[in-house]
Amino acid sequence: MFYREAGDFKTSYEQDSQTFPIKFDRFRYYAVLAIAFLVVPFVINDYWANAILLPFLIYAIAAIGLNILVGYAGQVSLGTGGFMAVGAYACYKFMTMMPEVSMFVHVLLAGGMTAIVCVVFGLPSLRIKGFYLAVATLAAQFFLVWLFNRVPWFYNYSASGQISAPERDVFGIMITGPNAPAWATYMFSLIFLTLCALVARNLTRGTIGRSWMAIRDMDIAAEIIGVNPLKAKLTAFAVSGFFIGISGALFFSVYLGAVEVGEAFGITKSFLVLFMVIIGGLGSIFGSFAGAAFLVLLPVVLKVVGVDVLGWPTDIVAHFQLVIVGALIIVFLIVEPHGLAQLWRVAKEKLRLWPFPH
Amino acid sequence: MPDQFLFATEVFINGLMAGVLYALVALGFVLIYKASGIFNYAQGVMALFAAMTLVGIMNGQVPFSHIINAVFGTEIHHFGWHVPAFLAIILTVGVMVGFAWLVQRLVMRHLVGQEPIILFMATIGLAYFLEGVSDLMWGSEIKKLDVGLPQGGSFWIEDMTAGLGSENFYGFFIDNLDMVATIVAALLVVGLVLFSQYTKQGRAMRAVADDHQAALSVGISLNFIWVLVWSVAGFVALVAGIMWGTKSGVQFSLSLIALKALPVLMLGGFTSIPGAIVGGLIIGVGEKMFEFWIGPLVGGATENWFAYVLALLFLVFRPQGLFGEKIIERV
Amino acid sequence: MQDGYITEDGRKIGGVVMEMKNITLRFGGVVAIKDISFDIREGEIRAIIGPNGAGKSSMLNVISGFYVPQEGEVWFHGKPRPQMRPYEVAQQGIARTFQNIALFEGMSVLDNVMTGRLSYMKSGLFSQALWKGKAEAEEVANREVAEKIIDFLEIQHIRKTPVARLPYGLKKRVELARALAAEPKLLLLDEPMAGMNVEEKEDMSRFILDVNDEFGTTIALIEHDMGVVMDLSDRVVVMDYGKKIGDGTPDEVRNNQAVIDAYLGVSSD
Repeated sequence: MFYREAGDFKTSYEQDSQTFPIKFDRFRYYAVLAIAFLVVPFVINDYWANAILLPFLIYAIAAIGLNILVGYAGQVSLGTGGFMAVGAYACYKFMTMMPEVSMFVHVLLAGGMTAIVCVVFGLPSLRIKGFYLAVATLAAQFFLVWLFNRVPWFYNYSASGQISAPERDVFGIMITGPNAPAWATYMFSLIFLTLCALVARNLTRGTIGRSWMAIRDMDIAAEIIGVNPLKAKLTAFAVSGFFIGISGALFFSVYLGAVEVGEAFGITKSFLVLFMVIIGGLGSIFGSFAGAAFLVLLPVVLKVVGVDVLGWPTDIVAHFQLVIVGALIIVFLIVEPHGLAQLWRVAKEKLRLWPFPH
Repeated sequence: MPDQFLFATEVFINGLMAGVLYALVALGFVLIYKASGIFNYAQGVMALFAAMTLVGIMNGQVPFSHIINAVFGTEIHHFGWHVPAFLAIILTVGVMVGFAWLVQRLVMRHLVGQEPIILFMATIGLAYFLEGVSDLMWGSEIKKLDVGLPQGGSFWIEDMTAGLGSENFYGFFIDNLDMVATIVAALLVVGLVLFSQYTKQGRAMRAVADDHQAALSVGISLNFIWVLVWSVAGFVALVAGIMWGTKSGVQFSLSLIALKALPVLMLGGFTSIPGAIVGGLIIGVGEKMFEFWIGPLVGGATENWFAYVLALLFLVFRPQGLFGEKIIERV
Repeated sequence: MQDGYITEDGRKIGGVVMEMKNITLRFGGVVAIKDISFDIREGEIRAIIGPNGAGKSSMLNVISGFYVPQEGEVWFHGKPRPQMRPYEVAQQGIARTFQNIALFEGMSVLDNVMTGRLSYMKSGLFSQALWKGKAEAEEVANREVAEKIIDFLEIQHIRKTPVARLPYGLKKRVELARALAAEPKLLLLDEPMAGMNVEEKEDMSRFILDVNDEFGTTIALIEHDMGVVMDLSDRVVVMDYGKKIGDGTPDEVRNNQAVIDAYLGVSSD
């Protein structure tokens, strides 16, 4: 009774293929957007921005990117950390080379650069499949981190080997650097996330999305019925790389401010984003949000419960976190391979019939 | 003989020895993969867990003492006894068998028939889980492991070979432990091959690898075979854990040897025991030689990625690996 | 030979659309197809039959470009076809179904059918990302074609159902819908009736005849059910151990001694 889809008739194919075909969903979506854009910026403070909202927004972009590659196109990648590093370092180089250009442009360019790198490392996908490919993407991970660590040009020969974001603005509002206000960094990331999610949704419901899923579900048959595997796979790598690059650029410039590549973009980052996609739901944009929110909140909640309430040492809580995340991954793969997104769908079906059991 | 050549030879020999250790870890992967089609990412963490358990048992550490202390405010750490290495190893094998049983019971049994990539991701989850558990159980500080294996450079070889070059050459530096590891690995391989070729369980294992359904229909218990396989992999992990743990201490980085073994597998093919060995040697030698000649030119630490890039390039030209057969695709 | 013929039931068969010339296909030492030639004419229903392992599916795979024969040529529309990837073959108007259903299990019926339209959808990545202009118009236009096929095969009620949930018989039909959505010039059917009961076979036969009749689609099919083959097809190729042992109308094939021997298991030498 709370959730209805009956009586919502479509009279054209345009209406039928829209993003939220059900009226109720559409209203909820506008409500969420309104709160995110019109309410949150006025109540946000530094703690919320830095502990929860910024990492959530930025990881959600990365998760959408990886989900396109893994969940839609079926090409498992363990190189996400390395690709985020490309975004971060490209952004840094653009920021220092062209200080007068808007930060907006820098982030987009960083995404484009990452897309190119991602396509290069995606080329082997034309020959190798499955976990051979997954392992092959580790080559990207290790090589890229090494590259940014060892070639001083990338970090402008700074003595520490780190990169740190200079102060840059958009229309006169400071976005990066220690003096950027919380609401500005939040809005900046939110705009990117919204754009990325819309683009991802448009791509996945149309032609290119279908060819990705066809390749994922049965690559040989897909090619025989007319999907060009080269095009499908490489566009998946490119689009995915674009999003992941944006996420890496924001992670460095807006969120952390200063980055040491091995620490920020190591292989654990690759796994973290992969876990977000698995827990959230493979092949679901909403799932990418859910997974990112879940894995951003989990450590915060554990820390509050474990350290602040129970008074345990932080290292034990950190170990518990590993156990919980590992167990969750296994549980989700066994019980619900479509992740939180599927649980959400099931909940909606239940709500639709409530209070009647069937 | 010119010194440059001798140095290169030394690098080559050390590369071979490192390669043997890679091969040892890779072997654990191959075993599980052959019998169950599972690509076990947790193999490295299993080695860490095995080594930690071994140290813990030898030192009489109380498992989970950190949590017990945190929850109950007690201060217990050790039972106060020391277990001899031999007995501790046997106990650790027992723990690994128990672990194998749990994995089969709680995880793998529920994932039968899933796609390989799903199974792979499940083992990544398993790796995280096990890493957390072993830290909770034994603490995450670096531990020293000494089960009586010889360590340090071999003076005998140094003395024997010192005369080969000029006065700048002091003879080959070769670690005793590496030599032991080589011998152990060789014995292990021979043992495993004999086991899988000539025992009933070994044959059953190969049957399961070939076709689950068919194996079931001739009365082989899949459950038993998989527990067996995970136990054997646990044993291999223990051996690898002892070697690496003795060499550089038991700590988190031990689990990263899994990452070293992956390119070995790509090179050698996931199903081939000789492939794992040859692949391990190629990568061991290759990365040491590359670091020796090219490393200084590009900033060093090329070991981090060399193996992967080599394996990647190799795969692009020969997707089936060194010893794999060409795959004929069907629809 | 270029002018075709009139069938018993009065359908007009046109000139040669596709011609296989001396095809030989080997896997390592195994010869799957040995020196086979035959043609397919416009508008006809051409059957390929033969015992298991005769090389029928390999033949279809050669036609759809998935296997590359070591010897021989495939002529399409009067020209030798250069070596091309399977998706390029599909874009030339050759669609097919598979022996073991090869649907995209993670997608809905509608999306599966829409994949059949991929060759017609040419809008750029940018347009699709914005879902504006060409991309949206193209989506709607192709959706209309897909819906016509869905109507034709009577699967409207399962349009939005994930394929994985469908029973076998419906999956076979959805697969046919996906192939038809491509509006192919030549339709290849690999055992369209395998594993079906009598009623489902009748339905499928009717659909095949209707497709041929209404859209004028040329069809090449592999089938084991002799009754069906003899009823449906205009001409039949018979294969055994990779060789062609017979070719002609159903009646001619039925009376061919080599064919009788192969089916009754008499040694062929």
